[in-house]
Amino acid sequence: MASLRVISPGMLTTIQDHGRWGWQDRGVPVAGPMDPRAHRVANTLVGNEIDAATLELTLLGPEMEFDDERIAAVAGADFEVAVDGRAMPVNVPFAVGAGSVLRFGSRRRGARAYLAIAGGIAVPPVLNSRATHLPSAMGGLEGRPLRAGDRLPLGKRGRTPFFPTKGYDPFLSAPNGHATARILPGPQLDRFAPEALDVLQSGPFVVDAASNRMGFRLRGPVLRHAGDGEMLSDATTLGALQVPPAGQPILLMADRQTTGGYPSLATVISADIGLAGQLAPGDSISFVVSTVREAMAALIAQEQALMAFESGPR
Amino acid sequence: MNAFRIVAAGDSAVLVELENRIDPVVNETAIALATAIRAAVLPGVRDVVPTYRSVAIHFDPLRTDYDGLVARVNAWMGEGPPYPQGTRPPYGDPSPVPYGDPPPVPYGDPPPVPYGDPSPVQYGNPSPVQYGDPSLVRVPVCYAGEFGPDLAEVAAFGAVSEAEAVRLHTSRLYRVFMLGFMPGFAYMGIVDAHIAAPRLSTPRVRVPAGSVGIAGEQTGIYSVSTPGGWRIIGRTPLKPFDLSRREPALFKPGDAVQFYAIDPGEYARLESAR
Repeated sequence: MASLRVISPGMLTTIQDHGRWGWQDRGVPVAGPMDPRAHRVANTLVGNEIDAATLELTLLGPEMEFDDERIAAVAGADFEVAVDGRAMPVNVPFAVGAGSVLRFGSRRRGARAYLAIAGGIAVPPVLNSRATHLPSAMGGLEGRPLRAGDRLPLGKRGRTPFFPTKGYDPFLSAPNGHATARILPGPQLDRFAPEALDVLQSGPFVVDAASNRMGFRLRGPVLRHAGDGEMLSDATTLGALQVPPAGQPILLMADRQTTGGYPSLATVISADIGLAGQLAPGDSISFVVSTVREAMAALIAQEQALMAFESGPR
Repeated sequence: MNAFRIVAAGDSAVLVELENRIDPVVNETAIALATAIRAAVLPGVRDVVPTYRSVAIHFDPLRTDYDGLVARVNAWMGEGPPYPQGTRPPYGDPSPVPYGDPPPVPYGDPPPVPYGDPSPVQYGNPSPVQYGDPSLVRVPVCYAGEFGPDLAEVAAFGAVSEAEAVRLHTSRLYRVFMLGFMPGFAYMGIVDAHIAAPRLSTPRVRVPAGSVGIAGEQTGIYSVSTPGGWRIIGRTPLKPFDLSRREPALFKPGDAVQFYAIDPGEYARLESAR
C-alpha cells in the first residue's frame, strides 16, 4: 500500500475527516477539522471526496516523504510549502513524485492548514470516521498526533485533480491575528447578568496559550452570571461560548466534550467557525450578535461559493 | 402535557429543555423524546443527545427542515412521551401499556436545498444502534487501597466507616441519566446523602480508566484515562467503552446499575479474563 513517511511531525499534526457524528449520545466527541471549509477545499483540489481524511497541521508544519507519486494540495493557513526544495503554491494542486519530500516552511497567516493527498489518508475508520480525537485517543493514528517515523497509508487515487483556473476566492483566506465572529445569543442566555451580551461584544478577547482543539480559553472583559455560574450538566455545541464562574469564556471547538456543566452565553454561527479555527494563541477575536436569518444567509453564500468552486473545470 | 421549552443553540442545534432537576421521570421523558427523534431518521439530523433534563438535536442547517423538526417536537411533547413500541420506562411510570409508535406527525416539506443539485456531503446520522429496553447492569468494583484513594475522605464526609461507605454505595440501584464527558462515561444517581461528597477542589491530572467516582449525588466510571475531579472510591475491571463490542458503550441512558464489591484477587481475575 502506498504510504507517507513522517520525517518530522510539526507542532501538532492530526488526521481529520468530517468528524465522528452520530455517537454523541454515547459520550463520543465529534472531533473533525478546526476549519471545515479549508479541509473541504483541500480535498476538492486533489479530486477526493470532500470528507476524505486530510492532515491538519498547526503553526509548524511537518516534513514527509512520499513512496508513491501523488497529487497533493494545501489549503487554510498560508504556509511556505516545498517539494524537494522547490516552492509550491497553496490552494493549487501539485504533484509529488515517489521518493520526494514535502516540507512546510514558515507560516504567513492563519494557524491551521490542511494537506490533502489524492486517495486520502487511509487509516481504518473508527465508528465511521478517521478523525483524531486527542483527549480520548480515538481515531486517526492511535488517537494521537503524528510522530517522526510514522507511516500513513494512502487510499487509491480517485478522480482527476482539480486545477483552478482563477485565484482562490478571498472569502476563504485565513485571518491575520484577529477575527470577528458572528454569534447567536444562548442557549443559556437567561443564566447571565442582563449586560453580559453587551460586555461580550465590547471585546476583543485574546486567545490564551492554554487553548487547544477542545476549546479556546479567552481573556477579556469579565462576563457576569445571574447566579453562581454552575448548572446541571447539559449538552454542548460546536462554537458555544461556555463561561465558568470566573467569567472568562471558553470557545468550544472541534474536540469539545459532548456535555458540560457551565452555561453558554452565545454560540458562534456555523459560517464563522472556520474563521475562529484559524486563530493561534495570542491572536484576538471579537464577537457581534447576529440573527438566524443572517447566519443562514452567510452559510448559504459560503456553500454556494464552495459548490461553484467544486464544480469548476477539471 | 409535559413542561418544556425549545431553545436554539446556535444555528445547528436546538435544546428541548424540560424541568431543571435530577429526576428519573423528567429524564425518562428526555430519553423517550430522543429515542423517537432518532427513530424518525429526520433528514439532516446528525446527533440526538438526551441529558438529565434536556434533549439536544444537532443538525446540518443546510439540510434540515427546522420548522418541521420543531413542529414534531411540539406534537410529541404535547401528546405525552412517545415511547417506541416494546419499551417502557423503568422508573416513574407504572403503566405496563406500551405507548405504540410515535404519532404520525407529518414532517412537512422536504428539507430545503437552496440551489442546484443536492450536495453529496453526508455528515453522518445518529448511529443505527437503537437503545432498546433498559437493562440492569451489575458492576464489580474493588474498593480497596490504591483503587479508591478518596474512599477515606468520602467516608469522613458522612462520618461513617469505610466499610459503611462501600455498603451505602453498593446498596442502591442507580439510574443512568445520561452519557457524556468522554466516550461511554455514564452519569448515574442518586447517591446516598452520607457519601455525596463534592468534587475535589483541584482535579487530578490523571484518573485511570475504570475508576469509580462520586461527585455530589452523582456517581460514574471513568471510561478513558483523563484528568478528573470526581472523588475516586474504587475501580472496576469492566470497560465502559470498548470498540470491539457491537455496541461499544456498556451503559445506555435509562439503564439501572448495581455496584458490588470484589477483592483485589477477583479484580485481577476479571481483568485478565476480559
